Amino acid sequence: MIEMINQIYSNKGDKLKGRQLPIMYSSREHSFFSISGNLATQTPQAVGWAMASAIKRDSRIAATWVGEGSTAEGDFHSACTFATVYNAPVILNVINNQWAISSFSGFAGAERTTFAARALGYGLAGLRVDGNDPLAVYAAERWAANRARANAGPTLIEHFTYRAEGHSTSDDPSGYRSAQEREEWPLGDPVMRLKNHLIEIGEWDEDRQEALDKECVDHVKAVTKEAEKNGILGHGLHHPFKTMFEDVFEELPWHLKEQSEQAIHERETKFPEGRPNS
Amino acid sequence: MSADTKEKTVNGSGTERHLNMIEAINEALDIKLREDPDVIVMGEDVGYFGGVFRATAGLQEKHGKTRVFDTPISECGIIGVAVGMGAYGLRPVPEIQFADYIYPGLDQLISEAARLRYRSAGDYISPMTVRSPFGGGIFGGQTHSQSPEAIFTHVSGLKTVIPSTPYDAKGLLISCIEDNDPVIFFEPKRIYNGPFSGYYDKPVEPWKRFDESIVPEGHYKIPLGKARHVTQGEELTVLTYGTMVHVAEAVCREKGVEADILDLRTLVPLDIEAIEESVKKTGKCLIVHEATRTSGFGAELSALVTERCFYHLEAPVERVTGFDTPYPHSLEWAYFPGPVRIGEAIDKMMAG
Repeated sequence: MIEMINQIYSNKGDKLKGRQLPIMYSSREHSFFSISGNLATQTPQAVGWAMASAIKRDSRIAATWVGEGSTAEGDFHSACTFATVYNAPVILNVINNQWAISSFSGFAGAERTTFAARALGYGLAGLRVDGNDPLAVYAAERWAANRARANAGPTLIEHFTYRAEGHSTSDDPSGYRSAQEREEWPLGDPVMRLKNHLIEIGEWDEDRQEALDKECVDHVKAVTKEAEKNGILGHGLHHPFKTMFEDVFEELPWHLKEQSEQAIHERETKFPEGRPNS
Repeated sequence: MSADTKEKTVNGSGTERHLNMIEAINEALDIKLREDPDVIVMGEDVGYFGGVFRATAGLQEKHGKTRVFDTPISECGIIGVAVGMGAYGLRPVPEIQFADYIYPGLDQLISEAARLRYRSAGDYISPMTVRSPFGGGIFGGQTHSQSPEAIFTHVSGLKTVIPSTPYDAKGLLISCIEDNDPVIFFEPKRIYNGPFSGYYDKPVEPWKRFDESIVPEGHYKIPLGKARHVTQGEELTVLTYGTMVHVAEAVCREKGVEADILDLRTLVPLDIEAIEESVKKTGKCLIVHEATRTSGFGAELSALVTERCFYHLEAPVERVTGFDTPYPHSLEWAYFPGPVRIGEAIDKMMAG
């Protein structure tokens, strides 16, 4: 958790050295591939990872997620084509939350067909699930994962859901859709639905839910405070200047060495007395 | 060294093995496929058929369909899956059939392969080598002749390598495949079968007549970032690469100019030491490439030479390049920076 929050703050504790926008995580340790920020590029990459796994006779599979809006990218078409041609052990998830910033899903072709139906044209298995039903999502993913592991082929899963909030913290949906729409969304909040279901079948109760909510909130608050000791974006505590030039290549070529020296020189000019903690 | 002398040298011993550029590239791929189980070769028509230029001929039969295989006609897909394979731990060597076709794969190269190490802070890397035939002089028209190297040299995180001889092609390709960064390996297709003097109406001289086609068997490497001295001279420095190495060499020989010709071999990382040393010695710098002029790699070379060698220069830096038009079909030889264009630039510089 603290590593995730350090990344959000791009602070000196950030394992990604403050190079990526918030939540664009990467963790090889957890088999979590680096999030790009460019759209749908991850889809052929996931297929390639899955092909590599098959080439090495590995039993591991790949799963990737893409918004319904960016299925319009050519990369998604490439991913579906390569997945079917090589029978790659991959799950291609399409999160159809019906909004790509201000563009409704019709701009990705949703008025005439479903995203699951596209699977048919490629010869992929296609599923469409209620994306706000955690148990349905779990069942669909498990089916697709077992299918991939058995070398029975790739699966495209459309998760039909709704983006209640804005696209990002700088997005105000009232500029392009009715405020009522969110209230009228019929399929409900997935966490509430799971809670109600568990209470219904006698596995859970309101008191335990309340305690869990509080525990989670307290935990996030405490870890956030801890992470803030490593700094927050724009307030000094970042990785040292020279790290800007690392990892462009495995080794630093002469032109980056020169530029690195220049950056350090500029810093010394700007702060002749040095600047603590930065 | 003139072509004639080389022929004598070769005939003198008679035991060396000569390969053309295609054969040298094929051998580099064969060696890496044999040595490293993580190397895979893929691309349009590269598997069963062995590639439209035969660079992968016989490799699928030898190494199997999971190591050497055909792909859908999708450059975006080819580069995209190669990024994923690299992240898994493989060392993919995708072929893009012509450099002119590479553009659908640009986002995967520029935004993904080139920046993966950086954005993941070394968590994931993209150790792919993209091979692609490039350049004109084969009546390929505007879709089979381009030299887009400057698009790639402009990208942080990509290396760009261009061989000009069979010996270099093999040693450089092996270095590229073993390199842990993404590399664009452009193969000058005009000189696949023999070097080119720039006189298109003369028959092609096969590589076997030249020393540079003596290719040792087995594994050897030519380090990236090291230029090759084609000829040594005091009068003029020529910075060039690919097909134009041979054209520039022929023109200098014809004109009797004692030129220091540097075949750059690697554009990024660039051998700046060799360039500086040569220009400081000769005081004159001519840059020759086939690609279009504006924002071409020659502009970068010209800027570097001016910044670093200005007080040693006795004449302005000159660039000889293709024109800023699409590569024409019927007017190919009017476009190509051949002996007349290079010769006039040399005359101008030597007169100054």
